[in-house]
Amino acid sequence: MARRYDSSTTTFSPEGRLHQVEYAIEAINNAGTCVGILAKNGVVMACEKKVTSSLLAPTKTSEKTYKLCDHAACTVAGLTADANILIDQARLRAGRYQYQYVEPIPMEQLVEHVCNYKQAYTQYGGLRPFGVSFLFAGYDTHYGFQLYQSDPSGNYSGWKATVVGANNQAGKSLLKTEYGVTSNKEETKEEMKTNDMKGDDVVEMPDLEGALELAVKVLNKTMDATATSSDKMELFSLTLDDKGECVHKILTADETQKVIDKVEAKAAAAATES
Amino acid sequence: MDTVFGVEYDGGVILAADQANARSILIYQSNLDKITHLSSHSAMGVSGPNADLVNFTEYIAKNLALYELSNDGLKLSTHAQAHFARGELATALRKGPYQVNVLLGGYDISSSKASLYTIDYLAAMTKVHYGCQGYASNFCLSIMDRDWKEGLTKDQAIAIVEKCIKELQVRFLISQPNFIIKCIDKEGVNVIKYGADPADN
Repeated sequence: MARRYDSSTTTFSPEGRLHQVEYAIEAINNAGTCVGILAKNGVVMACEKKVTSSLLAPTKTSEKTYKLCDHAACTVAGLTADANILIDQARLRAGRYQYQYVEPIPMEQLVEHVCNYKQAYTQYGGLRPFGVSFLFAGYDTHYGFQLYQSDPSGNYSGWKATVVGANNQAGKSLLKTEYGVTSNKEETKEEMKTNDMKGDDVVEMPDLEGALELAVKVLNKTMDATATSSDKMELFSLTLDDKGECVHKILTADETQKVIDKVEAKAAAAATES
Repeated sequence: MDTVFGVEYDGGVILAADQANARSILIYQSNLDKITHLSSHSAMGVSGPNADLVNFTEYIAKNLALYELSNDGLKLSTHAQAHFARGELATALRKGPYQVNVLLGGYDISSSKASLYTIDYLAAMTKVHYGCQGYASNFCLSIMDRDWKEGLTKDQAIAIVEKCIKELQVRFLISQPNFIIKCIDKEGVNVIKYGADPADN
């Protein structure tokens, strides 16, 4: 009788795996894609908007992007209901840090807090893990602009560019060849050196425009859609204004369309070239 | 009864305190160091009963050390340290108060600026260019008011502190023969001079 409850969410399998955590990560591979790209002067996050029924009431601010505090935002891939709980946690943590130190919370600490909260559900309580992966974009005075990814296991890492959700492998391979590619075609068209300690010299960060275009390009690849349109994707950017304050911007439909048009024009030009 | 001074100058802060550990009519010790190091580039000059002084300063200092350990060596700015300390004093106020008056000085490497904060025992805090805690303020605040200006050098700041100490030695009823003077700048927290060696026991 006890055997029925053996596949508890928080116990190891004989092979040393946590199945529930792995299934949770799988669940996210069916969710709407999110791309995150670090630019020279900001961070860009682009998401696929899955549900586009005309009967849906228009949302107040956003469907996939959430503001955590003045200097941080996140996008969600996975179960939105689960995400809401974690977003509350993140907002609370950011607020409490600000209350205690009268200073904005460093990005990594915010991410680590959310991840520690997720990790608890893989170790105790007998409750299932959160079926959410996040992309966190933020700015702090210690390390500038940063991009982090976290998954249901509670693991997180910092990225220059990454993809979560459906078809993320295709997105990632595109980023590998295209991120940091400058006009100097010969030396930079190779794949980004991954284990190279001097990797930062080789990779040149795009500017905001370039990052937005690259994000759209990645979404084009990951979305099965035939034609990408501005109502199927949401573009977000985090930058600093001249006073040094963070600006959270969700691009309007027009602005999004302009980026899509630019990407399509460049693709057409490249096609005629070759 | 304790005297603590702080004077900010261009590129650092001078903190000074008397070295007497006394209660009522008895002097327990005359070489106490009342300026506790909080982090590599910040320190707190504290006045009050020795028990609260030690408890409070060690609590804040160790919490700040824990922060650096937990966050891969990330340092808290002086502003954050001061607000943290004040927050702890404020929370304790209506539970089990610390009877300490604090002058917290620090140097921020990232901005190359020094800052000084004064926090009283009721957890009222403000950022200042100079300050005094204790009876000393009656004698010395006016000296600092007159002599402090923007862009002081380290030696000028020390001169102001020594002027204040002399004033106390002439006019203050309680004799305070020993003072310890420390400097916080880009080199860290260093002792400039002391009346009696705190390490001597």
